[in-house]
Amino acid sequence: MSAVADTHSQEHHHGPVKGISRWLLTTNHKDIGSMYLIFSFAMFLLGGSMAMVIRAELFQPGLQIVQPEFFNQMTTMHGLIMVFGAVMPAFVGLANWMLPLMIGAPDMALPRMNNWSFWLLPCAFLILVSTLFMEGGAPNFGWTFYAPLSTTYGPPSTTFFIFAVHIMGVSSIMGAINVIATILNMRAPGMTLMKMPLFVWTWLITAFLLIAVMPVLAGAVTMMLMDINFGTSFFDASGGGDPVLFQHVFWFFGHPEVYIMILPAFGAISHIVPAFSRKPLFGYASMVYAVGAIALLSFLVWAHHMFTVGIPLAGQLFFMYATLLIAVPTGVKVFNWVTTMFRGSLSFEAPMLFAVAFIILFTIGGFSGLMLAIAPADFQYHDTYFVVAHFHYVLVPGAIFGIFASAYFWLPKWTGHMYDETLAKTHFWLSFVGMNLAFFPMHFLGLAGMPRRIPDYALQFADFNMVSSIGAFMFGVTQLLFLFIVVKCVRGGEKAAAKPWDGAEGLEWTVPSPAPYHTFSTPPEVK
Amino acid sequence: MAEQQPQQGKRSNSRVIAWCMAGVVGMFAFGFALVPLYDVFCEITGINGKTGGRYEASASSQVDENRTVTVQFLASNGPGMSWEFRPVVRSVKVHPGESKAVNFFAANPTDHAMVGQAVPSLSPSEGTLYFHKTECFCFNQQPLEAGESVEMPLVFIVDPDIPEHITKLTLSYTLYDQGQPANVSGPVRADKTTNNNG
Amino acid sequence: MRVHAKRAIALVAGLLLPAVVMADWTMNMTPGVTGTSNEIFSLHMTILWICVAIGVVVFGVMFWSIFAHRKSQGYKPANFHENTVVEVLWTIIPLAILVAMAVPATATLMDMYDTSESEVDIKITGYQWRWQYEYINDDFGYFSGLSTPRDQIENRQAKGENYLLEVDNPLVIPVGKKVRFLLTANDVIHSWWVPAFGVKKDAIPGFINETWTRVDEPGTYRGQCTELCGKDHGFMPVVVKAVPEEEYAAWVAEQKAAAEAERQLTEKDWTLEDLMARGEKAYATACASCHQADGTGMPPAFPALKGSQIALEDMNAHIDIVVNGKSGTAMQAFGGQLSEVDLAAVITYERNAWGNNTGEMVTPKEIFDYKNQQ
Repeated sequence: MSAVADTHSQEHHHGPVKGISRWLLTTNHKDIGSMYLIFSFAMFLLGGSMAMVIRAELFQPGLQIVQPEFFNQMTTMHGLIMVFGAVMPAFVGLANWMLPLMIGAPDMALPRMNNWSFWLLPCAFLILVSTLFMEGGAPNFGWTFYAPLSTTYGPPSTTFFIFAVHIMGVSSIMGAINVIATILNMRAPGMTLMKMPLFVWTWLITAFLLIAVMPVLAGAVTMMLMDINFGTSFFDASGGGDPVLFQHVFWFFGHPEVYIMILPAFGAISHIVPAFSRKPLFGYASMVYAVGAIALLSFLVWAHHMFTVGIPLAGQLFFMYATLLIAVPTGVKVFNWVTTMFRGSLSFEAPMLFAVAFIILFTIGGFSGLMLAIAPADFQYHDTYFVVAHFHYVLVPGAIFGIFASAYFWLPKWTGHMYDETLAKTHFWLSFVGMNLAFFPMHFLGLAGMPRRIPDYALQFADFNMVSSIGAFMFGVTQLLFLFIVVKCVRGGEKAAAKPWDGAEGLEWTVPSPAPYHTFSTPPEVK
Repeated sequence: MAEQQPQQGKRSNSRVIAWCMAGVVGMFAFGFALVPLYDVFCEITGINGKTGGRYEASASSQVDENRTVTVQFLASNGPGMSWEFRPVVRSVKVHPGESKAVNFFAANPTDHAMVGQAVPSLSPSEGTLYFHKTECFCFNQQPLEAGESVEMPLVFIVDPDIPEHITKLTLSYTLYDQGQPANVSGPVRADKTTNNNG
Repeated sequence: MRVHAKRAIALVAGLLLPAVVMADWTMNMTPGVTGTSNEIFSLHMTILWICVAIGVVVFGVMFWSIFAHRKSQGYKPANFHENTVVEVLWTIIPLAILVAMAVPATATLMDMYDTSESEVDIKITGYQWRWQYEYINDDFGYFSGLSTPRDQIENRQAKGENYLLEVDNPLVIPVGKKVRFLLTANDVIHSWWVPAFGVKKDAIPGFINETWTRVDEPGTYRGQCTELCGKDHGFMPVVVKAVPEEEYAAWVAEQKAAAEAERQLTEKDWTLEDLMARGEKAYATACASCHQADGTGMPPAFPALKGSQIALEDMNAHIDIVVNGKSGTAMQAFGGQLSEVDLAAVITYERNAWGNNTGEMVTPKEIFDYKNQQ
């Protein structure tokens, strides 16, 4: 420990060491943040190319490109990679970069653990992706891996999948502990809890959610492992177990997980909207309470994913009412954002475009969520493309657009250069149109009766599927443009000022751009 | 970093880690605790249709002659189970509170001895609370020699407290192959981890 | 604006002009043919319109700001950042709207959970990848699987009108009567869905679930399995024929007679050619999804039958594996699923197709005896 501390203080004013060991051994929050972001983008492209396979197969009725077995592997891996490989690490990357800068801390509280929690991720995904090349193929039971399809009837690679989930769970938990320790212990003098920027608040709450539910997921996969390899019967009816128990345990994790993927985006949007409205955020306190309320309620609604498994009337009613309640704090957030924009002085640079699209499209996802919450109607919607449309509306313009908005917002701080605004706007409009083209028709498909996770479909679904595939290809290809924009921005461009956005607020804009390797060696004073 | 961070900061870091780890361990344990908790919860509310264990009839239970409840019997075989398995009667009408005995027929058509285990399930699940088995073949495993057949008994009472709107209960048994009988005593399990059928 | 406009157009088109819009561009849920499905439909529409109304207000304010409060037009920002009254109001009003939504939803849900006496009870069992329907009160039952030819799926043949939504033996129910479904599954979780009835329920191995319907209009209604159940999840449709009561009674009588005829068929003298012809059909529905139409299988999970030891050597071992299955593998026990005639036909077919020219055949009678002597 002391050796590390020494190296650290030596290189204090000299910047990073050169070569590969900089990245392997770094304990610097900015290096680790960058690695998280790069890793998550690589996973985004990988998961995205799987989505392209899915959409290509669904372009026309009939089996053209892949066989059903492989199609199921694609839907499963696409879900797992996007959730655990793209969205979650991207937010951890943003947290690494921005939390210390926002609270005036020199680094994360536990820098060595930070390094481990990152490097566990490539290991986990190496294992997960390698299952594609194993005999019997990759996991093919959907990202929700319901027993007994994933236990008694799972492919041999299921055990590797379980280990991969364990490792990424450990990584997430370590990341969450680090975030909590940083936020609780490292704030600059004078920064009380209710003065913390909202991104810090949402991440604090997200970290608590992670600590509460990742171990439950670990427990669920451990029970699967025991059912598969050690002859227990947690989920096997023939030995006195219950397959529905799996769904209860999974969704006890799964529903808070949904909020883990969206709350940090709520935080980032709460910075971007005021910055480009040149007006303070409306209702800071109610924003904080709303996030807290959403997090608490998320533990009480899990069975709304299971309305058709045969839960008795009283249970159905309880979970329906609890789910409807979540609309209240979520509505408060949307109203606050809109009111922040109201009578502001608005300009529409790329971060703002993504933020506005976030608010509109996430709200549409919220509306379909409200419809799904109505238990009797859910009997028609459940496991159809309506659900697929719903969660892609929440996750693509929600989580992914939130990440793009954050990336454009903070790129000048990270690289010291302005990104190419024209290209960025092109990226936005192509993504926006592609995304809506891909996912809006899925509402119609679901309502017309198309089940999800099918490699082939009846003829009446053909037209909208083709539209959807075209939109998906458009959205997919557009993301290469984002890669180009970021590389271009890293390599050069107009010099960015310390505070490139005139309406932006916060400590991160008080350090120069690019942010030096070490910042806030002396804690700033917060008024 | 170390130089800016006062000693106190370090201490509170370890405190945060300790609390968080306690949370992690606690939630991991909670995940497993969900298994018995779920069973208890199901027993109280009857939500998943699993019927309870042996019921000790209390002497005071009154037979309600004014009501009849139809109890319907279903039998299914688990995957790969080749026994013939069916209820001897399709359904019976009973008065709540009355003790009733019925039989299920099972035959092993294969050329080797096998062990079966029946798993009960009741619908509507709300009725689970009011359906009591005083004797059931599902309490034990059933071994059958090659070609052997057996009539297996079930004795039950429908609770007089059963809500008015429940007029029909469906009791379904699924019979699972538990492998060959072992010479040593103790439960026998089939090798059910068949990881190769995609 | 774009999205909003699109949404509005979609709604108008979907709601007001269903007859004008081509069937292929159906945008909305259909009301269905049962009381439940109609209630669900009106609930769906109510909530959709409430959402649209909220959307119009919220997005309206937002777009007003976007157009009017622009920096490029020199608009100077206000500086307000809280207002307790407004914040309390927009917490309470949504709460009231939610209560208004929950009331009809609760009523519909209670209807769906109605447990009153039914006239027909049908047990539905999900298998990988077909359904078994058993008429509990009439002692007969059958399997219902996809009947779309492989050639259509693999694009060697034009697709039919009911592509992927057609089965060999549809479920038949009487109109105007309460039909109770008891659902379970043999292997993994499946889910039985007929959109026009508003009925969807999971079929869970080892557990029994129930739901019900009362169909008022005769017709053929189609649905699909809606819980991922493995490879052929997309290929296990549900087809239900609702017929008038007399027709239903006649059909039940016919089914009972057919079951009897099947027993007699077992006694008939079969030739190799007859068995091969019947075997090809039975193989296509019961075996081909795993072992493939050309018998090459999909090793390692589904072994090839072409040139396999089982199909070429000891006949009794072959009969045993088909009738009793092989525990610990995906090979099910078909003894209870196929008739003696079909078992004999399939086994004979497997021993003589794809170059497995053993010239051997087994008769239904021999299968019958095999089952009995065991």
